[in-house]
Amino acid sequence: MKLTIEQVRHVANLARLSLTPEEEQRYATQLSAVLDAVAQLQELDVSGVEPTSHATLASSLLREDVTRPSLPPEKGLANAPVKMGTSFAVPKIIE
Amino acid sequence: MPLSDFQPVIGLEVHAQQLTKSKIFCGCSTEFGAEPNRNTCPVCLGMPGVLPVLNQRVVEFAIRTGLALGCTIKKTSVWSRKNYFYPDLPKGYQITQYDQPICEWGSLTIDTPEGEKTIRIRRIHMEEDAGKSVHDASVGESLVDLNRAGVPLLEIVSEPDLRSADEAVEYLKALRDVLVYLGVNDGNMEEGSFRCDANVSVMRKGETKYGQRVELKNINSFRFIKQAIEYEIARHVEVIESGGKIDQETRLWDTQRGETRSMRSKEEAHDYRYFPEPDLPPLHIPDALIDQVAQGLPELPRPKLQRFMSQYGLPAYDAKLLCAERPLAEFFEACAQHSKDYKKLSNWFQGELARLLNESGGTVGISTLKFTPAQLGELLTAVEKGTISNNAAKDVLGEMFRTGKAPDAIIAEKGLAQVSDTGAVEAVVDEVLAKNAGEVEKYRAGKKQIFGFFVGQVMKAMKGKGNPTLVNELLKKKLGD
Repeated sequence: MKLTIEQVRHVANLARLSLTPEEEQRYATQLSAVLDAVAQLQELDVSGVEPTSHATLASSLLREDVTRPSLPPEKGLANAPVKMGTSFAVPKIIE
Repeated sequence: MPLSDFQPVIGLEVHAQQLTKSKIFCGCSTEFGAEPNRNTCPVCLGMPGVLPVLNQRVVEFAIRTGLALGCTIKKTSVWSRKNYFYPDLPKGYQITQYDQPICEWGSLTIDTPEGEKTIRIRRIHMEEDAGKSVHDASVGESLVDLNRAGVPLLEIVSEPDLRSADEAVEYLKALRDVLVYLGVNDGNMEEGSFRCDANVSVMRKGETKYGQRVELKNINSFRFIKQAIEYEIARHVEVIESGGKIDQETRLWDTQRGETRSMRSKEEAHDYRYFPEPDLPPLHIPDALIDQVAQGLPELPRPKLQRFMSQYGLPAYDAKLLCAERPLAEFFEACAQHSKDYKKLSNWFQGELARLLNESGGTVGISTLKFTPAQLGELLTAVEKGTISNNAAKDVLGEMFRTGKAPDAIIAEKGLAQVSDTGAVEAVVDEVLAKNAGEVEKYRAGKKQIFGFFVGQVMKAMKGKGNPTLVNELLKKKLGD
């Protein structure tokens, strides 16, 4: 199965990646190879097998509903490129 | 073709913040109104290398809600990642449940002008909330506060069973009442802890195929929900009537302009590329937990209302007011142990007690009242026996409300007890009639309207403490009526 350039651009856009025309071509080929490999697996009849979406079969460990100290805001915001008081400042969100 | 030739079809998605102390996947506090980013940590900030650990209370609340709404609780449910980019979503994905939610297929009954109607609930799932962004015009930037990021939500999705804006509002009110009764949500729409998205479409009457639907977002009051849905229905009919086509899109309710408008930024966002959350294994729920939660379920608003009508013989109006909040209903029931005239008791709740609570401006609530149900019972008994007048009882209740003193003590202290001793009242009546022989003459000659004058004179002589029934009775007797 061959991915179209449009499909590659769509996926890149969803992932906020900006690709050069050469990269678009290269990823179209590479991603197509990945899809082909998965398509081979799909030939197997696994209708009676539980999906293995997780490597561990352990059930969730739950925690009690108790609060623990948070980070001081100045630490949480230490890596923020721009801040305003204790808020992260980001380019205007237009709605 | 008029609006009435079309049938609106509405389904609702409610996001309700769970009343937990800590967030869904970390120990940060869920308190509202803290300084921005005060309640954040590496987990809810989306720092690399951290792992989510599920809050047990979140699971219990989801089961509680599912059971109350008659859902099937799934033995296994699965966490998924919903991927999109937005500044208030630090990880770049939201942890939610997608194809295997924790609860499926329940229902909620509402009242409509045509009678009861059952609205099917398709699913309930758990997820984390995103942060909050506010636009700061002064700097031309948006400010992001992640205190809300990771607060646990329940998403409750109805089937498209609602047929009008009014039905949608009824459903939301009933759902909110249930969640608040369950102690799962605080029902506060203004603070955004109970939010609603509406899917709206219209079809010509008689059709069975639904029209193209539009999603309405960002509606934070019952009034706006009604307005937004009604606006949208009218818009759909107009577009269809003029030969146009409704686009599938997300629209916002603009409260300023009173209209919905397209949310262009969301157009491309519908491709969320869900996949199973690798950091959280599937959630398995043991039967024992479901049983345990089921045993702790409170009586729900609707059955309680019906019981108040049958057990206490109250009109629907009274029952509805009393059952509006669980603490109020419980206090009423406690008082009903001490005062058997339930309708009268209900009147006191709706009248004086409601007024006092109102006047306290929220500083006193049902759960922080200073007086006990037994004391309110004593007060009403004193009125019934004629020990004090109805008006005096209002003063006594006010004093009980402020000080928590026993009604007997207040009555004695303020000298509010009525004189109900026939001999004592009779002596005053005789005196008044003797002093006003001229008026008595006129009264007996037929000037009946001056009866009130005699009552007034007796009450004045008794400093307002004569039992009015007794005063009236004795005056009539002495005046020869």
